[in-house]
Amino acid sequence: MARASGTFGEDFSVRSFLRKALNCIDDRTGFESAVRHFLRESIPASTGWRHVFGSVALFLFVLQGVTGILLTFNYAPTPGDAYSSLQYIMTELPAGRIIRGLHHWGASIMIVAVVLHLLQVALYGAYKKPREATWVFGVVLLLLVLGFGLTGYLLPWDNRAYWATVVTTEIAGLTPGLGPSLQRLLGSEDGIIGVTAFARFYGLHVTLLPLLTTFIIAVHLYLVRKHGVMPAPGDQAPKIRFYPTQAFRDTVSIFVVFVALFVMAVAVDAPLDKLADPTDRSYVPRPDWYFLFLFQLLKFFPGSWEAAGAIVFPMLAIVALLLVPLLDRKRMTALRNRTMTLGVLGLILLGWASLTVTAVMTTPNQPVVSSGTPRRDSGWARLSPSQLSGLAYFRQKTCTNCHNLLSGEPKVGPTLATLPIRSATATQDHFKRLTAGGLEGTKAGLQIDEQQGAALAEFASSLTPENAWTLESAPNEVIEGARVYQENHCSMCHQINGDGMTIGPPLNGIGTRRTSDWLKEKIQDPRVTSPDTKMPPFRIPSAELDQLVGYLMAVP
Amino acid sequence: METTRRSFYHRIICSLWATITAAVIVPTWVYLFRPSHKAGSVWVDAGDVRALEAGKPKEVVFLRLRVDGWKRTSGNGTAWLVKSQGEKITAFAPQCTHLGCPYHWDEKQQKFVCPCHDSLFSISGEVLTGPAPRTLDRYEVRLEGSRVWLGPVVRSEKISA
Repeated sequence: MARASGTFGEDFSVRSFLRKALNCIDDRTGFESAVRHFLRESIPASTGWRHVFGSVALFLFVLQGVTGILLTFNYAPTPGDAYSSLQYIMTELPAGRIIRGLHHWGASIMIVAVVLHLLQVALYGAYKKPREATWVFGVVLLLLVLGFGLTGYLLPWDNRAYWATVVTTEIAGLTPGLGPSLQRLLGSEDGIIGVTAFARFYGLHVTLLPLLTTFIIAVHLYLVRKHGVMPAPGDQAPKIRFYPTQAFRDTVSIFVVFVALFVMAVAVDAPLDKLADPTDRSYVPRPDWYFLFLFQLLKFFPGSWEAAGAIVFPMLAIVALLLVPLLDRKRMTALRNRTMTLGVLGLILLGWASLTVTAVMTTPNQPVVSSGTPRRDSGWARLSPSQLSGLAYFRQKTCTNCHNLLSGEPKVGPTLATLPIRSATATQDHFKRLTAGGLEGTKAGLQIDEQQGAALAEFASSLTPENAWTLESAPNEVIEGARVYQENHCSMCHQINGDGMTIGPPLNGIGTRRTSDWLKEKIQDPRVTSPDTKMPPFRIPSAELDQLVGYLMAVP
Repeated sequence: METTRRSFYHRIICSLWATITAAVIVPTWVYLFRPSHKAGSVWVDAGDVRALEAGKPKEVVFLRLRVDGWKRTSGNGTAWLVKSQGEKITAFAPQCTHLGCPYHWDEKQQKFVCPCHDSLFSISGEVLTGPAPRTLDRYEVRLEGSRVWLGPVVRSEKISA
């Protein structure tokens, strides 16, 4: 190595400088010695690749912490806002997709890592004396990780989050004796998930659970160090150091898991369904895959036995898991002497797998809205068809040549949403002068008939800065469909968003009840589906019919 | 240098951890420091030019759109409009260039006065006295017909003493 001699006659290589700096810090803090001591842990020579799962789980916990903190920097923890902020993270923030992907898929991989760690310990009997306490804290950690999954599931505030959490809190309500109080603690008393429940789940997910988990991980690690790694049966070889052989195995495993997770985060969008809708009766709630077995199990418990399946059985399973070291106290740890344990483990795994697979197979395919495609404001859905058709004329009649609704390039005419007075008569006067060619800078001959004028006047007078935002982003197909709806006087019999009569059935949500072909046929010849109907047949050109049906299908 | 089993392990361990750290830090940096994809034009309609008198600054309040993270809000924005004798329109951003206090036009002194640290600006925005380091910032201005449109604020240059 090249060495530069300093003028002070001292050894001045970078390496020795760093060495000195480290020594200086270590003298005052002892950090370096602590790390060295930690890495020099004595472990049995038989320690191998099967011992990496604990380290992988620990790494994933830290990664979940990092990505979780990053998510909170751009996340609004209240219903509604939670959804739009997550959408913002997913579609507008550079790398937001990756951060959420790491957090979302990391959760699943973490469950896998923790369960593999537990299986390894169970398989080799590493919970036996004197390591019982390590096992118990390990089981508690598994429950905490599941708790993270359960509480985190609500936070995107999409339909699957909402409905799965409704089921979760209902199940909590079944707890014998404690049900109602437990439900109150979770913030849901009437089967509805509102702001309180949301805040409780969020609080659990980002404060209590991380603190508790960190503390118990510390205890778990302390116990692991205290008792040491359990040697394989018959391992009499001299002990080795953790560093570098086992550190190498741990690092390689962590790296492989991380690469898989990273690829997944980049390649697969973490799901974001449509906004939580407590009135959606068509939604089939399903928990995340690691809870599917419980979900499926509940189907086998009829009526009054519900609590047994939902609470008592899982509780018994947890207690049994905690008591494993007491139930199996033989000293033998060689696999051939442990057929009983292996059998029980095998049966549990088989049961779990078959329940999960059945649940997956009976899940109907639901269209999941990909969060990768920006779905900006869908607030147009709350506007009345007459307002939307006014917007259609606004765009059609070249009003946009002189006016902006709210934003846009500078134009000659005032911006409509910020105009102080927009009375219907003033607007009608404006049209009269326009059609007569009496306005500065406009061409004569603009045709606006009475009905169009009325629609435009109503539209202009109902504009506020708030709904103008929404209107500006309304898709063209939708507003054209609303125009066809108005021109054919559909609102004489039907109602959408409270606008129109109720002689015929209201049309909100028709898209979830009927197909577009059914609607087309119905509009063209209503008697085919209902012979006694008073609805007349409508002859609408096919392009306009498509627009109309497109609008009706989109109205929620 | 001789490669032992130990130093080989050491090197692999260091490089794998370095890769993981980099793969987390790069997206984090991008996520926190790169601006989000912004949309839309920033031009706003600030009213009719005929409401202005030459040589008499007027504060106008207009409705402005703001893309605020995941929210799109509309709120009031203000500007000081000045029409010069030559019918030229200037629009000053409403905050003092010193520490952002809102200043106002003082009719008696015929100056813009900042109430915080007593900076004074002329009608054309130059610093007369006080700690303000720059002339007043201006909006880009465009006239369409009789309407005044304000664009983005252009930061004024630092003036050397």
